[in-house]
Order: sequence, then structure tokens, then C-alpha cells
Amino acid sequence: MASSRRGLPEINAGSMADIAFLLLIFFLVTTTMDVDTGIARKLPPMPEDEQIEDDSQIHAKNIYVVLINANNQLLVEGELMDISQLRGDAKDFIDNNGKDPNSSENPEKAIISLQNDRGTEYMTYIRVQNELAAAYNELRNKAALNKFGERYADLNKTQMKEIRKMYPQKISEAEPKNIGGDS
Amino acid sequence: MSKFRKGGKKGMPAISTASLPDIVFMLLFFFMVTTVMRETTLFVSVVTPKATEIKKMEKKSLVSYIYIGSPVKRMQASYGSAARIQLNDAFAEVGEIQEFIATEREARDEKEIPYMTTSIKADETVKMGIISDVKQELRKANALKINYSTRKGDY
Repeated sequence: MASSRRGLPEINAGSMADIAFLLLIFFLVTTTMDVDTGIARKLPPMPEDEQIEDDSQIHAKNIYVVLINANNQLLVEGELMDISQLRGDAKDFIDNNGKDPNSSENPEKAIISLQNDRGTEYMTYIRVQNELAAAYNELRNKAALNKFGERYADLNKTQMKEIRKMYPQKISEAEPKNIGGDS
Repeated sequence: MSKFRKGGKKGMPAISTASLPDIVFMLLFFFMVTTVMRETTLFVSVVTPKATEIKKMEKKSLVSYIYIGSPVKRMQASYGSAARIQLNDAFAEVGEIQEFIATEREARDEKEIPYMTTSIKADETVKMGIISDVKQELRKANALKINYSTRKGDY
């Protein structure tokens, strides 16, 4: 018989592409290409029991105190301030270099002390963190442009280190306090 | 007259689509490999705050996530609307974070432990009290590298 000699008929692979397309579309739709972004911070290690915090060596004028209360208001160096002004003010403080005797001696010694209340909104906290980071980034960028003629982000590792040494980002966070309102 | 040749005009030969499945499969495998399936279902609603000074997170496999926010609508009946912490697939208390970090560490190579980051994905309306508690726990667990997850955007 003619048909037995031909053997099994070939499986039609024409719809293979359709099946593959179906799967492809599924994966296309479910794929999330979003990259996680965020503000990276390093927490201070837990203090040892006997270790007493020694703040006496830091001159009070080198500390830039930022307080955020439960109503999301800012008290910067004892004065009420709007968040929009924080960046410029922080930059002035860090880059003071002894011009103003009540401000920091130089960027290496400048420390920003951030303290928030338990009732502070997270959004405000992040905004303050962001503004302070922006202040440092702008200063670093300026220094990088002056010194190497490139933006900070485009520098190589050793150059970055040098700039980072000029403007070390010292943001210290005090232990949280519960002053106003609930958590 | 051959079996395959039509008698009349030949015209343009049809383009072979035999390699189409191969091409599609290639794309398919690419997407299958790059796809990261969301392994946790979120029980808390999280809208991360906006920020401009953001950095991309490297090495996603070394990141552990802590979600903080108020429970989603369908969970509010049983859990209320106060902000809660979610670790993996369940609500958790602050005290469970150390344990969570320990299990996360066990799952990784010993050499990679110093590079592990904890990403705090918190809703922008959350109060700092709960976040401070989480941070204190992370300090106790010696997981000092953290990342406040934010969206890109200006105010």
C-alpha cells in the first residue's frame, strides 16, 4: 500500500510560531524592567554598653542641627525653616570654611545632625534626607568640575575618593525621641 | 511535469517562515531569563516617596525587602488600617526582623554577607516611629547597609 510506505505524516509545525508568540507575549507583559532606586544610607553600629558617646571633641559650631517635629516642621540651628531653603542653607554651612565664625570650620569637620520625632511623616524625612544629600552632591559636583573638569558621577574611582575626602558626607542621626504625639 | 512545480506563472516565491519559530523562541528565552517574577504578594499598600538624589540598586539577589504601610483594603477588616510591617509573605512584628535578617543571611553565600542590603519600602504617609523601630532592629542585627526605596521625582 502506498500509505504505509510513506510512514507517519509529518507533524505540522506551522502553529509552533503562534504558541511561541503566545508565551512571548505573556512574558513581555509580566516582565517588570523597573530598577529599584533609593537613597542608600549606612546605619551606625549599635554602641557597646560601656562606650560613652564622646561629643566633646566636636566643636558645637561644626554641627548643623536639623530637627523635624511631629507636625513635619523643621528647626534648623534653632530657627524655623522651610524645606525648600534647607539645601542652600546646608551648602552654606558645609562650605563655610571659617568665613562665618558661628558656622563650620571646613567641610571635613562639618557634621549634620538629623533628629526626627516618632510622629514625623516618612515623606518629610525622606525629603530632608534628599535635600541634605543634594547639598553634598552639588558641592561635590562643583569641586569635581573645578578640579577635574568633569561631573562627580563621571570621575574615576581615585578622583571620586579625593572629592569624597574633601566633602565627606557626615549625617548623624540621633536616637529617636518621642516628644510630640503618637507613633 | 514535476509534482512540485505549478504549471503557470511562477511569480515571487513565498518567503520561508520556517525560521520564525526559532526567532520567536529566542526572544521568548530572553524574556524568560530576564523576567523577575514578583515573589511576594503585597499585603500593605506602598507608595514610596519621591526623591532626586537616588541611586540604582545593584545586585538584586543580595537585597532583602522590608515593606511598611497600611494593609490593603481587603486585609483591613482583619488587620485594621494602622501601618504594619511585611516580611516575605506575612505581616510581622518589629521583633521578627532580626530573625528575618538571619534567615536571609543563611540563604546567601558567606562571602556575600557584607554586601547585603536591606531595602526599606515604606509608604510615604507612614510615621517615622515604626521606621525608627525597624532601623533599631536592623542595627541590632548588624544589617547596616540600608536603602530607602524612593521614586524618581521632584516636589
